[in-house]
Amino acid sequence: MQEYDLVIIGGGPAGLAAAEAAKKSGACSLVILERDRELGGILNQCIHNGFGLHSFGEELTGPEYAKRYIDRIRDLKIEYMLATMVMDLSEDRVVTAMNSENGVFSIRAKAVILAMGCRERPRGALNIPGYRPAGIYSAGTAQRLVNIEGLMPGREVVILGSGDIGLIMARRMTLEGAKVKVVAELMPYSGGLKRNIVQCLDDFGIPLLLSHTVVDIHGKNRVEGVTLAAVDEKGKPIPGTEEFYSCDTLLLSVGLIPENELSREAGIALSAVTGGPLVNESLETSVPGIFACGNVLHVHDLVDFVSEEAATAGKNAAAFIAEETLRSAGEQGPVIPLLAEGGVRYTVPSCIHLLRMPEELKVRFRVGAVYKNAYINVFAGKERVIRRKKMVMAPGEMEEITLKKEWLSEKTDTITVTIEEEEI
Amino acid sequence: MYDVVIVGGGVSGTSTARELSRYDLHVCVVEKMPDVCYGTSKANSGIVHAGYDCTPGTLMAKLNVRGNRMMPKLAKDLDVPFMQCGSLVVCTEEDDRETLTKLYEQGVENGVEGLEILDKDEVRKKEKNIADGVIATLWAPTAGIVCPFTLNYAYAEVAAGNGVEFRFNTEVQDILKKEEGYCLITNLGKIETKVVVNAAGVYSDRMHNMVSDHKIHITARRGEYCLLDRNASDLVNSTIFQLPGKMGKGVLVSKTAHGNILLGPTAVDQHYKEGTMTSAEGLETVLNLVNRSVKNVPRRQIITSFAGLRAHEAGHEFIIGEVEGAPGFVDCAGIESPGLASSPAIGEMVAGIVTDILHPAEKEEYTMSRKGILNPMTLSVADRNALIGENPAYGNIVCRCEMITEGEIIDAIKRPLGATTLDGIKRRTRAGMGRCQSGFCMPKIMEIMQRELSMTPFEITKCGKGSEWIVGTNKDKINVQAGGNAHAGI
Repeated sequence: MQEYDLVIIGGGPAGLAAAEAAKKSGACSLVILERDRELGGILNQCIHNGFGLHSFGEELTGPEYAKRYIDRIRDLKIEYMLATMVMDLSEDRVVTAMNSENGVFSIRAKAVILAMGCRERPRGALNIPGYRPAGIYSAGTAQRLVNIEGLMPGREVVILGSGDIGLIMARRMTLEGAKVKVVAELMPYSGGLKRNIVQCLDDFGIPLLLSHTVVDIHGKNRVEGVTLAAVDEKGKPIPGTEEFYSCDTLLLSVGLIPENELSREAGIALSAVTGGPLVNESLETSVPGIFACGNVLHVHDLVDFVSEEAATAGKNAAAFIAEETLRSAGEQGPVIPLLAEGGVRYTVPSCIHLLRMPEELKVRFRVGAVYKNAYINVFAGKERVIRRKKMVMAPGEMEEITLKKEWLSEKTDTITVTIEEEEI
Repeated sequence: MYDVVIVGGGVSGTSTARELSRYDLHVCVVEKMPDVCYGTSKANSGIVHAGYDCTPGTLMAKLNVRGNRMMPKLAKDLDVPFMQCGSLVVCTEEDDRETLTKLYEQGVENGVEGLEILDKDEVRKKEKNIADGVIATLWAPTAGIVCPFTLNYAYAEVAAGNGVEFRFNTEVQDILKKEEGYCLITNLGKIETKVVVNAAGVYSDRMHNMVSDHKIHITARRGEYCLLDRNASDLVNSTIFQLPGKMGKGVLVSKTAHGNILLGPTAVDQHYKEGTMTSAEGLETVLNLVNRSVKNVPRRQIITSFAGLRAHEAGHEFIIGEVEGAPGFVDCAGIESPGLASSPAIGEMVAGIVTDILHPAEKEEYTMSRKGILNPMTLSVADRNALIGENPAYGNIVCRCEMITEGEIIDAIKRPLGATTLDGIKRRTRAGMGRCQSGFCMPKIMEIMQRELSMTPFEITKCGKGSEWIVGTNKDKINVQAGGNAHAGI
């Protein structure tokens, strides 16, 4: 069996940034295992711009953003294997993978970083009634066909779900000559970034129907149309509001699911909210030495934050490799749980080992509804340590706070992140 | 002129074709879709029923019990995923105990072995998620689950291997009685034959009524299902039924032969024989009714839903036999549940009727078994690596959810009666059947199809003509409208 300091599963933006940081932090031997034929992950099909504003201070396309990291990986002479599928991950960090060249092989790693990304929620998961004809695509699949293969999935398009990929694809399909008739969104707010609604829908005159869903799909062989209906507060279609839209294509952008089949096999505890692993301040999962970052941990809006988070995971994994013996010898110190309450759906991380916490620690979270002029409150025990007013918070935009170590002590039993709505 | 033309490439037609393929006969299967397994056989529960539901003395009872007994060996011979996991019928009301007992007695009369009535404590030992309201169950250890697609393909491949012809995309529009035999008028010309086997599923009434004055009527009885991710596999161990009603066996909860969980079906009679749509009410009904028999059903694990059509005849009995007044026209109609379980016995019986008419000799050489698509997961690491060394395509995972390799997909395309559509590849290999429902693998499979079948992307379909996935190339319509200026309109 081969042995490495660090195995990184996934060569998308998270895996690349994690590898770079780990190498720079002293991990000697590391390898990235990537199932696709190229590094860069889903960025390769994201040919629109808007990437890198935070990391590089300029607007890059997805492939350009990926290339900057791929160049660094090559400069650092970090090993990677392409077209290589990880088949199994064990609790004691044995990674079993397969490719055409090497067959099935196993690697024993001192640390593992999970960077497998996420997948799109399919039609079936929504139980949308109707026929099952050709012409129903998840938005990302359509994006791949159009942007990489140059193939048009359809001419007249209805999009269900206003996640970012759906919004981006509304614009892309329009630019390539298709007619995007409408984007329907089940929730009373969009799941995507505000800037995408403006640049991808408003600028092209594509209507966004909030609180609407698809209640029927017509066409036995190829999509011939869909029926949309308004929904009530519980998301149930309201009888009498049905409207038929003729189209040959239905694109679905109805949510992303962190892809954690390997994590589950390794016995890693997963969050019921995000579908990703529960992690501590080091982005380490419930299995020591296995770290997680990027969309496999929780779905991000911006790749810049994926890279940042992944670099943290890489650095921490390198530290784990260096200190492994020391750490297993004992002194764990207190562990403080982070509680997501009052409109906060989850936090990453979900607990903090006080001894291992850096002076400042970023905590990311999402809210469960749209808030205007509300406060983010953070309590260390009963003491409020942060109170920050936000003009707008929405489920589609990830929030971030910075915790300072000086606010915490051995006596801190919990840290609570919560939203306080202003009294009107 | 053929000796036998079988109309319909479902399990009944292909099981018959396989049985007939051992004889010195010129046999052809005519199917309107581009592949076998496109009607009732592709959308059902996949259950090998034990045989206690059928009314004693009926053909259904006889063929079900016989089919069930044949299945374990047949599945081995045909290399088809099959598990004899047993089934339970749950009873939730004191008043229904009598019905459960009746079912038991009926099963005994039909010759079903091993039946037992279990009290609630005994059931809980078998099934941890049985609903709290269950007070007693009927346990049938001989029931099982089979992969309906693979069974259908296997029947067809054996038949083809022994020389049976298959004509796809061929729809029978009329059947004319000739002096000797019949002439089938199809969209692709005339086909003459001595004997016709009518295994046309929901259309078997239409075929029958073309040659007989004694009309039959087949109702398309739609059943909707929800399929759960394999992550939910532990929900149940055996197939769990509710007490049967007048519309059939009710809503079941079962593992599939591949470890998914299947919930359904509903039962709605309809005129439209192509109506395989699901409905909001239907899916809701399924999800509500399963709670009567099984608790903790994880709705979040649903990966798809679908509907199938049962070929229901008013008498709820298989109609198998040479049609009166139409010599040489053999019906195999009204094959609804337990049609899949009965299919080995149906093939045997129909072939028997045909050979009684034609008295053929047995071929000198034929084989009734086949090897399925090699599943590398079943190999040891050493064997798997040897395979990849020989054929690197087996090292390349195409469908990440079901872990299906390029080698398996090429096999599905290249084998006899190989796949020509995305559905055909999906049903033969499971690529695209997993939790992402082909989102990731579809472009990759299209690439393999283009290479292996010399197709353009525009010719690749889901299920034959009219179901193309790709309609053109980027900006192609803009070019046309703007006289070649690709940037117009942007």
